[in-house]
Amino acid sequence: MKKFRKIIEKFIEAVLFSSSTITSLTVILIIIFLFKEGIGLFKSSPLEKNYVIEVSKKNPVKELNATQLKAIFNQDITNWSLVGGNNDSIILFTTSNITDYYSEEELGSNLEHLNEKMGEFIIQHPNAIMYISSKSLPVGFGGHNVKVKDISVNDFIFGKQWYPTSEPIPSYGIWPMIIGTLMVTLGALLIAIPLGISTAIFMAEVAHIRIRNVLKPVIELLSGIPSVVFGFFGLIIIVPMIQQTFHLVVGETVLAGSIILGIMALPTIITITEDALRTTPQSLKEASLALGATRWQTLVRVVIPYSKSGISTAIILGIGRAIGETMAVLMVTGNASNIPHSFLVPTRTIPATIAAELGEVSYGGLHFKALFALGIVLFLFTIIINLTVEFVKNSGKRSRA
Amino acid sequence: MKKLLIVALIALISPYMQAQKVSFKVKGSDTVLPLTQKEAEVYMKKNPGSSIMVTGGGSGVGISALLNGTTDICQASRSLKLDEKMKLNDAGKAFKETIIAYDALAVIVNPANKVTKLTREQLEGIFTGKIKNWKEVGGDDLTIVLYSRETSSGTYEFFKEHVLNKKNYASSALLMPATGAIVQSVSQTKGAIGYVGLAYIEKSVKPLQVSYDKGKTYYLPSVETAKNKTYPITRPLYYYYLNSTEKMVNPYVKFILSAEGQKIVLNEGYVPLN
Repeated sequence: MKKFRKIIEKFIEAVLFSSSTITSLTVILIIIFLFKEGIGLFKSSPLEKNYVIEVSKKNPVKELNATQLKAIFNQDITNWSLVGGNNDSIILFTTSNITDYYSEEELGSNLEHLNEKMGEFIIQHPNAIMYISSKSLPVGFGGHNVKVKDISVNDFIFGKQWYPTSEPIPSYGIWPMIIGTLMVTLGALLIAIPLGISTAIFMAEVAHIRIRNVLKPVIELLSGIPSVVFGFFGLIIIVPMIQQTFHLVVGETVLAGSIILGIMALPTIITITEDALRTTPQSLKEASLALGATRWQTLVRVVIPYSKSGISTAIILGIGRAIGETMAVLMVTGNASNIPHSFLVPTRTIPATIAAELGEVSYGGLHFKALFALGIVLFLFTIIINLTVEFVKNSGKRSRA
Repeated sequence: MKKLLIVALIALISPYMQAQKVSFKVKGSDTVLPLTQKEAEVYMKKNPGSSIMVTGGGSGVGISALLNGTTDICQASRSLKLDEKMKLNDAGKAFKETIIAYDALAVIVNPANKVTKLTREQLEGIFTGKIKNWKEVGGDDLTIVLYSRETSSGTYEFFKEHVLNKKNYASSALLMPATGAIVQSVSQTKGAIGYVGLAYIEKSVKPLQVSYDKGKTYYLPSVETAKNKTYPITRPLYYYYLNSTEKMVNPYVKFILSAEGQKIVLNEGYVPLN
């Protein structure tokens, strides 16, 4: 009998061990996956794989940076002299333009004459800039390659434009999104912290037990509502409200995102704060009251200082909830990739961008990698938050000891 | 007893075996998705034993799925790009292209807006951010608010290519996750302008007349003007399939092109072929 129990114990131990191993392995694998895909963005050419920029051999331009190339294909720069070439106007050419110059018959039914025609084109149009597949370059091509600078971490973090699908050269600048994410989160906390902590204090110290028994499940219910519902609520109710209150042109703003996120962070903050407040030993409270302190004085001088670290944890976990939230924010902040200069303009957050775009990117492409790099940035944010939680918890323990 | 069991087994399995024979997948554009779903639903009801799996993901996704053999039909809201054709050729896969319907993109504004018509050049100026106020195009002194689809959408690409002359959208444009959200936002924002498929036009928003000949003639988007090609922002919707699977999918494609199939096209808010 004793032996049997021992075996069972060993077995349970093994189950516990293996489940914790599986969990940590999964987490590590996901992180490795995230970094592996994301890091690939840097030190790679901003052009799509196997694609090149070609100009005529007679053209003196040898190198262009991403901004110049973008301006050329956006028709903001239309003359070669502006980028160090001769005084000729620029002819834009991408692979699909070939049908504007040659008929389908000339190209052949299986495009067998395509390469030959590409070569013919550059000789006939020496002022052209071609964005084409390196596979469609014929032997003896009358053009030369134009170098384009690789994507750098600096361009990615501090770049101000996000045009991930722009051809031939996409822009992956996430600075507006970093600022947007931080502002929406900050706004959410300014709303959620005072509201959450007051509610928690009310529930733990002031409210009658019967009120508390109703209030607590209701608040916990809040965290069970799908975020899309919050988003829709925001779009229909809060966005028009903000628009009318502040007489704005658009209601989809940082503030709308903050309000929705504030509501969503409330259950986390309230539940954890209330638990922290309730762990204050009865003896401490009674001692305070016995010394002649009023209920209010006891609360402010004894209960809150005692549960300081618990309250901090609640706030930081609230930030964590807010910073990673996707769907609700996607629906109410407007998603314009501008740097927000106030709480009353549209913005775009990192999670919203990933959610909106990851579904349709081609696997392994530059855009795909850029979204994973965004994921890394978000991951670093959450890591910092979690480390802060640990730090605050530990410092709280030390001061109490 | 044994015999009975075997017979029962065969009876149980046989419907599945039959279904296996005529089951295929359609994948691609989200614009075409609702249409394909409806067509497939009616087709499957009429042909019990056939099963069609319909998924979205975007035109580009559908085409790469056709290339690596994970779908039988690719639905697309744009024609194949030349490099995609080259890829199919390289893989030795001959394919067929069928236009199943048309879709018109309407430019919509808030009903309170005085402006009723715009030229392509004005639209380009507005959506690239060069025109910032409605008074520059004959409206009230009101800031223009741009609503666009997300960058991953085929509609975003189509509008950029055919209206913006391939220029980039203004970075102040608000990118909405769904067409319905654009309609909702335009209806509650006075200075708003956006673009949606013909099927999404509601009373709460006002479609604009558009001119592609520098203001000589303006046309309002409708099934009629899209059909006779006077309304300029019209696009064909395609099915692509490989020659090797043509036999299998042909009855279904024929059904869509039939009078009954085209009636569904009209009911779903798209523009039928004739």
